[in-house]
Amino acid sequence: MNHLRQLEDHSVYILREAYRHFDNLAMLWSMGKDSTVLLWLARKAFFGHVPFPLLHVDTSYKIPAMIEYRDRLAREWRLDLIVGQNTQALAAGMNHERGRVECCTALKTNGLKLLLEEKGYTGIILGVRADEESTRAKERYFSPRDKNNDWDFRDQPPELWNQFKTSFPPDTHIRIHPLLDWTEINIWEYIHFENIPFLDLYLNKGNGTRYRSLGCAPCTFPIQSTASTVPEIIEELRATNVAERAGRAQDEGRGMEMLRKDGYM
Amino acid sequence: MATCKTDTQAGASVRDRLNIVIVGSVDHGKSTLLGRLYADTGTLPEGKLEKIQAICKQQGKAFEYAFLFDAFLEEQQQGVTIDTARTFFQWAGRQYILIDAPGHKEFLKNMVSGAARAGAALLLIDALEGVREQSKRHGLLLSLLGITQVTVVVNKMDLVEYRQDTFRAVETEYRDFLSRLNVTPRFVIPCSARQGDNIVHAGARMPWYTGPTVLESLDNFSSEVDKTEQPLRLPIQDVYKFDACRILAGRLTSGRLRVGDELIFSPSNKTAVVRTIEAFNVDPPPTQARAGQSVGLTLNEQIFVERGEIICRAPSIPLVSTTFRANLFWLGRRPLATGTSCLLRLATREVECRVTAIHRIVDANDLSSETQTADALVRQNDVADITVQARAPLAFDLYADCEDTGRFVLVDGYDVSGGGIITGMIQDREDTLRTGARQRDFAWVRGNVTTEERAAHYGHHAALILLIGPDATGKTFLAKQLESVLVAEGRHAYLLDPENLRRGLDADVRNGDAGEMIRRYGEVARLLMDTGALLISTTNSFTLEDDRALDAIRTLVHPAPMLTVYMSRDTGPAPAAADLCFTGPEDFTATAHDVLAALKRNGTLTDATGTPSGFQVSI
Ligand SMILES: Nc1nc2c(ncn2[C@@H]2O[C@H](COP(=O)(O)OP(=O)(O)OP(=O)(O)O)[C@@H](O)[C@H]2O)c(=O)[nH]1
Repeated sequence: MNHLRQLEDHSVYILREAYRHFDNLAMLWSMGKDSTVLLWLARKAFFGHVPFPLLHVDTSYKIPAMIEYRDRLAREWRLDLIVGQNTQALAAGMNHERGRVECCTALKTNGLKLLLEEKGYTGIILGVRADEESTRAKERYFSPRDKNNDWDFRDQPPELWNQFKTSFPPDTHIRIHPLLDWTEINIWEYIHFENIPFLDLYLNKGNGTRYRSLGCAPCTFPIQSTASTVPEIIEELRATNVAERAGRAQDEGRGMEMLRKDGYM
Repeated sequence: MATCKTDTQAGASVRDRLNIVIVGSVDHGKSTLLGRLYADTGTLPEGKLEKIQAICKQQGKAFEYAFLFDAFLEEQQQGVTIDTARTFFQWAGRQYILIDAPGHKEFLKNMVSGAARAGAALLLIDALEGVREQSKRHGLLLSLLGITQVTVVVNKMDLVEYRQDTFRAVETEYRDFLSRLNVTPRFVIPCSARQGDNIVHAGARMPWYTGPTVLESLDNFSSEVDKTEQPLRLPIQDVYKFDACRILAGRLTSGRLRVGDELIFSPSNKTAVVRTIEAFNVDPPPTQARAGQSVGLTLNEQIFVERGEIICRAPSIPLVSTTFRANLFWLGRRPLATGTSCLLRLATREVECRVTAIHRIVDANDLSSETQTADALVRQNDVADITVQARAPLAFDLYADCEDTGRFVLVDGYDVSGGGIITGMIQDREDTLRTGARQRDFAWVRGNVTTEERAAHYGHHAALILLIGPDATGKTFLAKQLESVLVAEGRHAYLLDPENLRRGLDADVRNGDAGEMIRRYGEVARLLMDTGALLISTTNSFTLEDDRALDAIRTLVHPAPMLTVYMSRDTGPAPAAADLCFTGPEDFTATAHDVLAALKRNGTLTDATGTPSGFQVSI
């Protein structure tokens, strides 16, 4: 069997388990390649439907083309899109110059926290992959978060044979990770295979650069690249040894472990 | 927005995928081996090695390859792996996920979580320390997890001066241990992860060894076994009704399926034919599916089936019982005792269960097992041979016949707390009746009117309302009231009094054979319910105790719903099986309406009243 179909079958299984077990479920969508593949997989799992809302935690610093793309797909695919924002932090002038980890914590982690509190979601589906960075490599498919959104990575529950953690104490929630086993290359292979619409910020449009990972405009930097088609991206990735998130500033030092312990995606 | 479409086959350069777990006792060098494997094949991200080396230097620590994957600060500070890490490795056309498992016994649940995802294992043993208790426990767990592709790696050969006799001693001891689990290692490889001998390069220090390096040995593992040629098993995961059509969703754990196939659902014993296989963005739509695929099916008729049932095809159908024997590994904090209740999850089925016997607890060290006394406890990290009894019958297989439907987990509190493989079915009290009922259902000849059509016509589903309780509590009186109220509403209701079977149907039953009388009663009830009727009945005439009679009747009319109404004079405890309880009612009409309300709540009565629907006969 094609390895992409194997990955797809497993992710679809996870999504269906999530939908079955969580009454108040939502999926995070950042419009990046991973969460868009995730959205596509939901359409696979539910035969063209997306039976839960999609959350976008808007930091207000996203690249405008991303917002345009978001609204367009939401319309075409009849998505229930919910946009959340930590307006208080923004009003108080939060930006990356106050410190990258601080800014991510306020606008993303806390932005998400606010949205979760408001809506009371008990299951959140995210497109994180184990190969992105080393704390994500240790995630479960169904990963509990406590009242404060904290991740107790020292004491994760057992997970075996596709029997996931679907019950949890009140006021806690579960993060669901259907893409854990996918690599960055698999994501592009699948986008190509299924012909999934994606943001062309990922392509070189003649100036010799492209984005490899999309985040907020001030903290995400394009890479030198001549890849202007998906097969060229795949070829480029096969040849490279540079980490994907090298262009993401918050990953420096122990930034990611601290962020993720406190509930960062 | 960009899209792409070319005709190249995506992923052509990847032949297949395999997950490999690296296990072994604490500090025997698992993380180091993993780090070496990446470093010596040049597959680490650029700058990662240099970065870790710089950090070590800055902090005045010796560099460890293990730091590459022990991501948490605490793991690096303590030098142990706490939780498993997935790492991605592509080599010789295969995409691997290498799973680094912790060796410390405190983190056994994490080791199991990692190993359960793998199709093969590398098991490390420190040449100097030799085979430890955890080395054996990991071997034992691998066998319970069904991982039979194992390569043993004898590490830290540098600490024993690369001596062949030391290696042979470890090899012999561990081979002997594995053979008792019926596992034959693919290879036993001497190496030094720290020095890099026999990881990627053979090196010159062990000329006496001529086998493969660790890297070379990976190719010898086969990828996930294709279970397509095994009997069909498709546990129903969910039933969707987004549009007009009802789609059964699930993943084939084994076998294959085609449009037009006749399916059997277990344990409900229902049957139907596959009409379509649904898929999004697949053109033309698929006409078949095989093991491993997540699919959606529509059927040729609307039968009511739920999550938890297993779809299969004759003649290879699963077993059905409440009780089985299993080998269990327990990871929960609370010890298991005889009588402990928890939730059983087998494929997509969930049902309450109880441990009814603890036969043996296995000593990982010598695999000996002691027969247990009645007050034995299965403690965290123990492996035990137990009997489990579920509250309702479920479909399953023996692990030896069908892996995915032959294993289960137990959920205690909020967490998955143990896993087991089924070694034997145990016949419960109802087994004979159940086997007969299954044969009868599979061979049932049906007309053109389906059960769903009948239900739509009558405005209710078929059900059995059974009144139980002590004598002279008004059961028969209430039964008559119920029948009147239901019929007055236009329902297809009928009072089936067991007394009426006695002189006719049961005339030839000898010596008041209670079992046979119950069987005949159950068959009659089953027939009448097939007409779509709401049957009302009492257990007055049976000489069996209520709970035995109920179990037998439930088995015979399964899967039709049964509503048990308990009537008594005093407020003593009601039997567990009772759905509704009434104490000395005076107003029987009101009581009858309470029962009606319950029937509405549980979905038996669908229309407000039984006004005839627009049922039409097409000729
Ligand atoms: N001399 C020598 N030391 C080794 C070798 N392999 C590993 N070590 C050392 O053994 C110690 C433990 O190694 P790890 O790789 O962390 O062990 P582990 O099996 O991953 O440990 P846990 O994951 O915590 O169970 C480290 O100090 C390593 O440097 C080897 O081949 N030779």
